[in-house]
Amino acid sequence: MRNHTPWWKWLIIAAVILPGALYALPNLFGDSPGIQLRGARGGDLGTQQLAEVQRVLDESKIQYDSLSLDEQGIRVRFPSTDVQLQARDQLELRLPSGYTIALTLIPAAPSWLSQVGALPMYLGLDLRGGVHFLLEVDMASAQSRAEERYVSDLRSTLREAKLRYKDISRDANGQIAVTLRDSGERDAAVKVIRQEIPGLDIRPQKDGSTVDIRLALVQAELDQLFKFALEQNITALRNRVDELGVAEPVVQQQGDRRIVIQLPGVQDTARAKRILGRTATLEMMMVDEEHSLEAALGGKVPTGSKIYRFRDERPILLEKRVIYSGENIVDAAASIDTQSGGPIVSITLDAIGARINQSITGKNIGKRMAVLYIENRSVIQTDAQGQPARDEQGKVKRTKQRIEEVITAPVIRDQLGKRFQIQGLDSVVEARDLALMLRAGSLAAPVEIIEERTVGPSLGQANITEGFRSVVIGFVLVLVFMAFYYRVFGLVANVALALNLVLIVSVLSLLQATLTLPGVAGIVLTVGMAVDANVLIFERIREEIRNGSTPQASIFTGYERAFTTIIDANVTTLIAAIVLFNFGTGPIKGFAITLSIGIITSMFTAILVTRALINFFYGGKRVNSLSI
Amino acid sequence: MELFKKTTNVDFLGKRRLALACSAMLLVISIASLSIRGLNFGIDFTGGTLVELAYSDAVNPTEVRGVLADAGITDAVVQYFGTSRDIMIRLPVDATRASADQSSEVITILRDARNETLTDSPEGGIQRCLISGSVGDCHVQMRRVEFVGPQVGDELTEKGGLAMLYALIGILIYVAFRFEWRFAVGSVLALVHDVLITLGVFSVLAFEFSLPVLAAVLAVIGYSLNDTIVVFDRIRDNFRKMRKGLPSEIMNRSINQTLPRTVLTSVTTLLVVLTLLLVGGEIMKGFAIALLIGIVIGTYSSIFVASPSVLMLGISREDMLPVVKEAVEGDSAP
Repeated sequence: MRNHTPWWKWLIIAAVILPGALYALPNLFGDSPGIQLRGARGGDLGTQQLAEVQRVLDESKIQYDSLSLDEQGIRVRFPSTDVQLQARDQLELRLPSGYTIALTLIPAAPSWLSQVGALPMYLGLDLRGGVHFLLEVDMASAQSRAEERYVSDLRSTLREAKLRYKDISRDANGQIAVTLRDSGERDAAVKVIRQEIPGLDIRPQKDGSTVDIRLALVQAELDQLFKFALEQNITALRNRVDELGVAEPVVQQQGDRRIVIQLPGVQDTARAKRILGRTATLEMMMVDEEHSLEAALGGKVPTGSKIYRFRDERPILLEKRVIYSGENIVDAAASIDTQSGGPIVSITLDAIGARINQSITGKNIGKRMAVLYIENRSVIQTDAQGQPARDEQGKVKRTKQRIEEVITAPVIRDQLGKRFQIQGLDSVVEARDLALMLRAGSLAAPVEIIEERTVGPSLGQANITEGFRSVVIGFVLVLVFMAFYYRVFGLVANVALALNLVLIVSVLSLLQATLTLPGVAGIVLTVGMAVDANVLIFERIREEIRNGSTPQASIFTGYERAFTTIIDANVTTLIAAIVLFNFGTGPIKGFAITLSIGIITSMFTAILVTRALINFFYGGKRVNSLSI
Repeated sequence: MELFKKTTNVDFLGKRRLALACSAMLLVISIASLSIRGLNFGIDFTGGTLVELAYSDAVNPTEVRGVLADAGITDAVVQYFGTSRDIMIRLPVDATRASADQSSEVITILRDARNETLTDSPEGGIQRCLISGSVGDCHVQMRRVEFVGPQVGDELTEKGGLAMLYALIGILIYVAFRFEWRFAVGSVLALVHDVLITLGVFSVLAFEFSLPVLAAVLAVIGYSLNDTIVVFDRIRDNFRKMRKGLPSEIMNRSINQTLPRTVLTSVTTLLVVLTLLLVGGEIMKGFAIALLIGIVIGTYSSIFVASPSVLMLGISREDMLPVVKEAVEGDSAP
């Protein structure tokens, strides 16, 4: 029978449309004020923390709508913004450290939807408001710092080998020149350097000098240096972002020397810049064991030493001289010691750190070495009753603090080298925190903000309103035009267009792809272009009717003939969209995504769905004329 | 309703010399303007800082410029953005100042002038300020800040050019594979024509060329090609079906047959693009204008540039033979 849709095609249509509608559904519900809690410094939160949060909320008599725990952390939803702010202050004050607390908006869709993975679309910063930073890691400075370390290394190596050099200097092209007294010593020095400092490459001499050695960092060493600098910076920046108290922050590598940071909802960009640009550092120092701590506490601090404190306020006297700093730490991992069964942290140093470590620990077995953490942060002030102190406007007061904490001060048991362990930790949690801090305490190289895109909430809201309005008006105009021009066939095309919109929204929600303002423009454009397939088909049908074909034959031929044309035309548009996606930075990518999704879904709705509907109305019976 | 009651019979290819003259003139003007005036690149490409602020009451750009100049910022371009309460400030890349801090500096200066400083503001809400001792909504609301470092801008210019090139090459290959090389060359000529003229209009009118505009130009490539392919598809079809007739007659016939579709799709697309232009907001304006120009030029070129180019390259029925075999299998017309 001609123009009959087989049952399996209806099945395919239902199998696409029904889940499509389900996944588009969460976008109909708005969102309500909430708080997101995450583990500070990358830690995980569990049911124990959930109970703790619940206890604090109950004790403070704060009313909440829902409380849930997932991979993102703990989320609490509140009936109003006032309650949300009140809850934030109480949680910040009463919860122990180890939480990052952020205000956020939580989707108000019923929970059975999120249980099947149906979430609302993920809005880009240009729609929800917030800050986007692109940071570039200053690799040149990382390299020059590494070179400086090598130069001081060369000095001590040559001195130990009893080779008197006239001069060691660094030039701007990353080369180190060593000048010796004669060619005999030069050859000896070359031998020593080859053996002792594998990170340096001996370069051929240009001017035929017999007393100079030209050196440069080995390429592999440089690559590793850059890789670590980037990784370490990302980890350090993540910790700082946590401190800003932002829900759903993004810190991501982009290319081989750049980092993207996205902070939804942040309004005070100056503060964000200050915190991200701040330098927290780790320093290794020897414990001063020649002088008494008591005397120092009594006021007689020996020159060259200073009193520091552990996190639990225990004092300790350290020599001020920094042995090496956090940037020499390549890796730190927490584990359990197989022999003692206690928690340990295994540390790996870079070549320079290893050399310093070896010589210092060799001379100081039995003495203690301390790890000092230095950071500036802002904290809530409390009043005499232990409640948050407030200024005249009722705002919670915060103060800046320079924090210098001794993380640990273990006894040196043995001469240490590149790899060593810190033992005597209290718990696995402490070991993990220490490893994290050692890994991420400091920025390996300075970062520079090379791009900023900030959208204030009012503009974000305006963008949503205007974008939504454009979609609706464009959609209605096309609907009216199609219904007017193609009558029943036009109405069928309109059903397809509406389904197409639902499908675009559901695919965007399902992929959790970022919807940006250009993305909305892409949807608007798709609305206009999606009917093209139907226009092609309908014009073919009209042509066939004009050529004297029967209505049934015209429908059949129209769909068959137009098919290849539609495919060819859409594939070429898709090529342009894919190029756009690959080229794209942020917002433009959003445009390419919605355009691509729209092209694909429109082929489905405009060909399969309209055909099924037309067959339903006209197929399998005598038809004298078509309403087209 | 039917605008085209019967298949039209306009001699489009007979007017190809007129069309050629028309296109040549537009191209000469475009290329001349592009090489002499160039494009008015936005900060996405040049680097620099852009700050958009909304004041609580009408504000005079001259006054804002004065406040900034008093604070030592003399190279700011200040203008209205949409309404008399919205102000847009642009600053060029400045080697002597930390570039990323410029925007914060500008906002702070302008808030100081109104005796207000930003205080803790709720996420997604209005920015709150300390105004002479009490907290209230800031008179100066930050709406948008864009800072692009010079290194990013340079990369983008290069990547943008490359993206256009890749899109054209990809399309050339696909069309050559699906049709014939003359069609590929014809469609790419039409696309280059569209892109150059769209850019030319932006250059002549000194509209700002921003990242969204570049995206629109790439979308125009997709759209214009869509149009061209539909015409080509019919030409290929007709070369197989019509045993008689000169190539130019067959092509004319094909263009006429697809004319209703070409016009209708342009109408629906223009409907949505005009919507975007009128209600899509200030930021989308450049994007919508580029699309508007591109769609008009693209529709024209798929009729008057693409097909005549194929004809001038010397297409004949025999050239379509190898394709015929493949196409017959794919197209099971009853």
